Amino acid sequence: MDLNDLATRNGEWLRGDGSEADIVISSRVRLARNLADFPFCSRGGELEKREIETQLRRTITEINAEKPLVFFDVGHLTSLDRQFLVERQLISREHASAEGSRSVAIAPEEDISLMVNEEDHLRLQVLHSGYSIRQCWETINKLDDAIEEKVSYAFSEEFGYLTACPTNVGTGMRASVMLHLPALAMTKQIDRVFRALQKIQLAVRGLYGEGSQASGDFYQISNNITLGKTEEEIISNIEVVVPTIVNYERTARRGLIKENKQTLHDRVSRAYGTLRSAQTISSEETMQLLSSVRMGVNLNLIEDVGIDLINDLFIHSQPAHLQKLEGKELEGEDRNVARASYLRRRLAEGRTNGEKRANIDPSAQ
Amino acid sequence: MKFKCQLCGERAVIHITEIESNDDVKQLHFCYRHAQEYLKETESPSVEGTASAMPEAAAAAESEPSIQCPVCGITFEEFRQSGRLGCPYDYEIFRDVLKPLLESIHGGLRHVGKVPRRVPADTRRQTELIKLRQEIQQAIAVEDYERAAKLRDKIESMEKGS
Repeated sequence: MDLNDLATRNGEWLRGDGSEADIVISSRVRLARNLADFPFCSRGGELEKREIETQLRRTITEINAEKPLVFFDVGHLTSLDRQFLVERQLISREHASAEGSRSVAIAPEEDISLMVNEEDHLRLQVLHSGYSIRQCWETINKLDDAIEEKVSYAFSEEFGYLTACPTNVGTGMRASVMLHLPALAMTKQIDRVFRALQKIQLAVRGLYGEGSQASGDFYQISNNITLGKTEEEIISNIEVVVPTIVNYERTARRGLIKENKQTLHDRVSRAYGTLRSAQTISSEETMQLLSSVRMGVNLNLIEDVGIDLINDLFIHSQPAHLQKLEGKELEGEDRNVARASYLRRRLAEGRTNGEKRANIDPSAQ
Repeated sequence: MKFKCQLCGERAVIHITEIESNDDVKQLHFCYRHAQEYLKETESPSVEGTASAMPEAAAAAESEPSIQCPVCGITFEEFRQSGRLGCPYDYEIFRDVLKPLLESIHGGLRHVGKVPRRVPADTRRQTELIKLRQEIQQAIAVEDYERAAKLRDKIESMEKGS
């Protein structure tokens, strides 16, 4: 597996299937772990970081002997490749921009990624398409158990798993679901939802985690609290909330159809039209327009393009992916021109395919 | 993107969401020191968590300005600046000043989740290893390779003994 192969696929988080996949994009659990006999990363020298790498790499290789993970030496990747892994949700932005020896082990299916020497010595992540937070927890728990049998984690009976930042101490767990909420955003109900979530100690973040914008109406909902609650309680809390938000979004969509169908249809069609004909377009505008089109497809307002293609374009139109697909580095305006041309081509192909399908089987639409 | 303190530009470690009377929300980002000042100014009975926790943590730290971890060498002041601890043992050393902070972040103070299957190893041995590793770093920094090699041997023999 090399990074150029990955570029042509759309990765786990935007595969677009699984339960409630029209609204719940993906589910993810991550665990923060540290080795007991090393200082935390910010205090460790290069020598120690390399030793941590060697030790964890050996352990990870041993426990995944049958289904090997692929290692990438993040410190030695180009900044384009690092950005590429961030866009695919395989490493964090912190991991991409950190210094010194660090790596990531990735499953070929991209559902598992293990970051070594991020803020903590080891950050385990399991990510599935659609709504499957409990499955993510079960997988990551087993993985964590297997690693735990071979290394000593920093742990205290009182404070649990000890982490570099006190905001993660205890379970070291962050469980999150990524939701696509265009109707709640459009009807301006989203702030009310967020305030309600804050009251029950859940955090809302943008597409790429802490501090990032809610680009393309994607929102990540995750637990704030890691100490004083069991992993089970954290998962249950998310499980209580997600179906409620999914229902709000569906109600808002129904409301828009019922009361403002013309306006909504106009809006998604214009978004679709712009994507099909623009000559230059920024990443941010693309995300916003794709968001409208995605909802339009889900509501059968746009019928000549499949949801798979739209999911695909969300990731392939991002800066690092676009440059990988074009096979060259592109800056600023050149990139926007290349993006527009890429979108036009893919959407034209998508339409012909859609029509062909329609010719063969008229009931397919 | 990491937030910067809006008053001094240092890295922000405390993030405050103020809910205004008209139901608007305001996001504030501060370094530890300016967060304290802000909370003192706006202290009201409704913000029990952070407002009461912060001055307490600060007071405890100020009364003992020299508080430093003997294992990794980090001071509480350095932790306050960066928001990151230096080694697992810091939770023990800074325990009294960390507790109010943990309580304001998490509400809870005691871990009730998963416990490693393996019997927790001897803490003294682990902290000794961290200390030796810090010493190697210092030895290399002053190019005392002979000492670094000796420390290396000591670590290896300790690791084998485990």
